[in-house]
Amino acid sequence: MSAVTGVLDVAWARTWVQAAAVAVADAKDELTELDRQIGDADHGFNMDRGFQAAAAKVVDAPAETVGDVLKLVAMTLMSTVGGAAGPLYGTAFLRAAKVTTAPELGPDDVVALLEAALEGVVARGKAAVGEKTMVDAWTPAAAAAASARDAGADAVGVLEAALRAAEEGAASTVPLLATKGRASYLGERSQGHLDPGARSTVVLLAAALEAARA
Amino acid sequence: MTAARTRLVLVSHSDALARGVADLAGQMAPDVDIVPVGGLADGALGTDFERIEAAVVGAPGEVCVLADLGSAVLTTQAVLEMVDDDIAARTHLAPGPFVEGAVAAAVAAQGGAGAEALVGVVREAAAAVATAAGAAAVEASPAAAVPSGAAPGDVVARTVVVVNPQGLHARPAAEVAQLASGLPAAVTIAGVDATSVLALMTLGSTAGTELEVVARGPGAAESVEAVVGLVASGFGEV
Repeated sequence: MSAVTGVLDVAWARTWVQAAAVAVADAKDELTELDRQIGDADHGFNMDRGFQAAAAKVVDAPAETVGDVLKLVAMTLMSTVGGAAGPLYGTAFLRAAKVTTAPELGPDDVVALLEAALEGVVARGKAAVGEKTMVDAWTPAAAAAASARDAGADAVGVLEAALRAAEEGAASTVPLLATKGRASYLGERSQGHLDPGARSTVVLLAAALEAARA
Repeated sequence: MTAARTRLVLVSHSDALARGVADLAGQMAPDVDIVPVGGLADGALGTDFERIEAAVVGAPGEVCVLADLGSAVLTTQAVLEMVDDDIAARTHLAPGPFVEGAVAAAVAAQGGAGAEALVGVVREAAAAVATAAGAAAVEASPAAAVPSGAAPGDVVARTVVVVNPQGLHARPAAEVAQLASGLPAAVTIAGVDATSVLALMTLGSTAGTELEVVARGPGAAESVEAVVGLVASGFGEV
């Protein structure tokens, strides 16, 4: 089952997960290095373990909706990642799964997916914008997605807008002082570094767009 | 409260840390089911969703979970979001210091405290740790020492001298806390809550120290007698 360009259906969701696994593997060393600077140097390793497992699971698991695929990803990440990214991304995918029950996602559904994921990350991590976390990438991504939808973009256009905003949001974490997570122990020394979770958020959204264009 | 004691689940990034704290807490709570869940299945550092889930779901009754850092807390919260509602309802995550919280919770669980009460015990442990560290900004909870239901007129005070050479170290403090938690009146020793093993330990009372024991509320006299009697007995160390 291969994805059809521009159609965000179950095949797209499966392709997204495969693309994410490849992209995370490529970014493994980068993510680990970012995490070495301000954390415990396990983010790349943990994300790679989680997404390799998720990719293996979704290949032939039965799924009727995009949400079925995302739920499987959520459960797999929860039980395999091993770091804070497990419950954070796990909850994000789980909440996203609940709002993606249509067989094919339109612009509204993509916005709903991103907003639900953001809500999941915030509910689990209790972080707000400006605290140097993945919330700094998810928040502008969800907002830009809604704006693009309002401006008449199609589903792929909404994803594009979300990715661009996530990239800018991730870049905005560099000068920030971390007050959440392991990086908060570093205090002022956390400034001047890109947040690894914000970076991995960009990697995942880029994979979603890549899958939609495949 | 004679049903199964509350299970303690200790979630850490490190297997060695979880097991070590379980040993330490278990020393003072021989009948409490303490389940260490440390590291990942392959021994690496991290937190293991499935083993936390198994420890929570497999418990015969109430569960109190303590977690060390970031992902241990987040993963436990994710587990509680995913399990059935009845299991989530009987399980409480207690935020607080991992070592001191586990010791205090174990002693309280040994005395029959439920999971929700253990969350309060761990919170008090956090205050005791902060006080010991000199963080004067953290206020000890006066509510713990004087329950609102206590009759104001019913106050009995007595002084007792610590006689055992080692003073109120961990084991005697645990014995006092256990005794005090079963007494009808609210008891303080030298101004601290007698049911809090950590508060008692932070008194640093050595042999020869005079301690004022105060009980408030119904059964104040017998409560004071019981605590004074235990301290004066020397805890089997004289």
